[in-house]
Amino acid sequence: MDFENSGVAQPRLPAPAIETSLLHELIAYLRENRTNLREQWVRRITDTRLLRVMTPEEIFSEVTAVYENYVDALETGSVETLQAYARDLSERIIPRGVETHEVLGIVLLLRDVLARALFVKYQHDTDLLTRILDAYEPAANRIAVTVGVSFVEERERVIREQQEAIRELSTPVLQVRERLLILPIIGVLDSPRARQLTEQLLSAIQSNRAKVVVIDITGVATIDVTVANHLVQAVEASRLMGASAIITGLSSKIAQTLVDLGVDLSMMKTVGDLQGGLEEAERVLGYRPMAKGASASEAAG
Amino acid sequence: MEDEVRIPITSDADLVPARAEGRALANSLGFSRTDATLIATAISEVARNIVVHAGCGEILMRPQREHDRYGLVIIARDAGPGIRETEAVLERGYTSRAGLGLGLPGARRLMDEFHIVSELGKGTTVTMTKWRFRDELERLRDKRHRRG
Amino acid sequence: MSVAILRERDYLIASIQSDLTDAEVLELRDTLSERVGRYRARGIVVDVTALDVIDSFVARSLGSIAVTARLRGAETVIVGIQPDVAIAMVQFDLDLEPLRTALDLDEALTLLDRRTQGDGEDGG
Repeated sequence: MDFENSGVAQPRLPAPAIETSLLHELIAYLRENRTNLREQWVRRITDTRLLRVMTPEEIFSEVTAVYENYVDALETGSVETLQAYARDLSERIIPRGVETHEVLGIVLLLRDVLARALFVKYQHDTDLLTRILDAYEPAANRIAVTVGVSFVEERERVIREQQEAIRELSTPVLQVRERLLILPIIGVLDSPRARQLTEQLLSAIQSNRAKVVVIDITGVATIDVTVANHLVQAVEASRLMGASAIITGLSSKIAQTLVDLGVDLSMMKTVGDLQGGLEEAERVLGYRPMAKGASASEAAG
Repeated sequence: MEDEVRIPITSDADLVPARAEGRALANSLGFSRTDATLIATAISEVARNIVVHAGCGEILMRPQREHDRYGLVIIARDAGPGIRETEAVLERGYTSRAGLGLGLPGARRLMDEFHIVSELGKGTTVTMTKWRFRDELERLRDKRHRRG
Repeated sequence: MSVAILRERDYLIASIQSDLTDAEVLELRDTLSERVGRYRARGIVVDVTALDVIDSFVARSLGSIAVTARLRGAETVIVGIQPDVAIAMVQFDLDLEPLRTALDLDEALTLLDRRTQGDGEDGG
């Protein structure tokens, strides 16, 4: 049997030479008894309290499809169709909270139900039963692995997407008006986050052709010397890209900390609150008449 | 190791390929664009240090693959006059006679690890590393590929 | 040299095309200094968009272009510093103050116009 192009790593099980006639007999038996065997399987699923988020009708419909795919895979030796179905199924059931152990559980249950049926049918001839199981077991195990891996891969994809979404939400760079960005920082500011934030800010400056950025740290409770230096660097890097930065929402506690830490704030333009920062930003952008003295403070910032 | 890169440094013109090779290797190890730039910049600094202080030497670049992280190790070595006080060279604000003292401390800040060994009359070796942490999903996928 | 230098009104525009060797950086510095005098330029724009590394030597050389030009009556504006390059530059303990920057050429020309038309007494 050739599983090489299935796209999933297969365990290297010894593949015994399968007698074609024997395999045909096995498949025919599983097809003839499908109604009975499927019922047994559903009963086992319900007994072990798996897939409890799904209705009995849903379970029956999925079980029917999986059973047919399972027998087809046994017959052809190709798991591709089953794999595609497993991915599709995973995509549907992951949002509903179906867990990995449940998916592996139901596939192993089907394997057991079928193995037991084979045992009952061939128990009078131990030699024949052994040859039947030799053919059945490796194929059944490969199928179980395929379904399990497809589910886990699908879950990984979902997790990645969610991580991306969370990352973007945690540091939104907002465009207020043309050439003016706000970066509101809320929560704990640690070194990796400060770095990521700087990268996001700088690429937003580039893509929005921003000239002024207001970094609002009202929502930041504490700050240490490393993070303070990141902030100084973010301001300086923004300037190198041609945008001037205004820091707003610096609490008196954080301001005191920065002074105590000896952080050089001379390069930073700070304004008390966000509203004041936006007014200052608009003035820099030339939306209001500019006083002579103000032009000098811009150049120094 | 098969993907070790060695770049002989004999003049300032050799800095251009050294930076390009470092960036390419960083990209192939999955470093972000920013990290690749930090690495290329640090390579530029240590390579220039060779040209200015020793005349010639070489840069070795070597990936280091570990279970939960990938590293890019850069070794810059020369057989030049050596540095008398390596600690002083790495201090903020130190400037050597050639006015290039900012290079090494800058390189140190750009990388995660930085060691300098120097012996007067024998030469100098700078070894520096940048790490990239691999998350669980990446390790899982890697393991599966290796098995298949 | 992989730098194109154009004249636009009173300004010189130096557009760097690819990564430069140290010798080429120094050549650029000297050429600009010479042309500021020859054309009585009042402003220089250096476009570094194509540079994917600006190390301490290049940063210092850009600073020295700016300082030299100012002594001869011209303002210098650097444009096109990429986000990752900016992050690397601020790691150095360099005094980047002499470097005036703008996002792109348009911005740089607007900035120079404002400074050369009597509005720039602040001088820096």
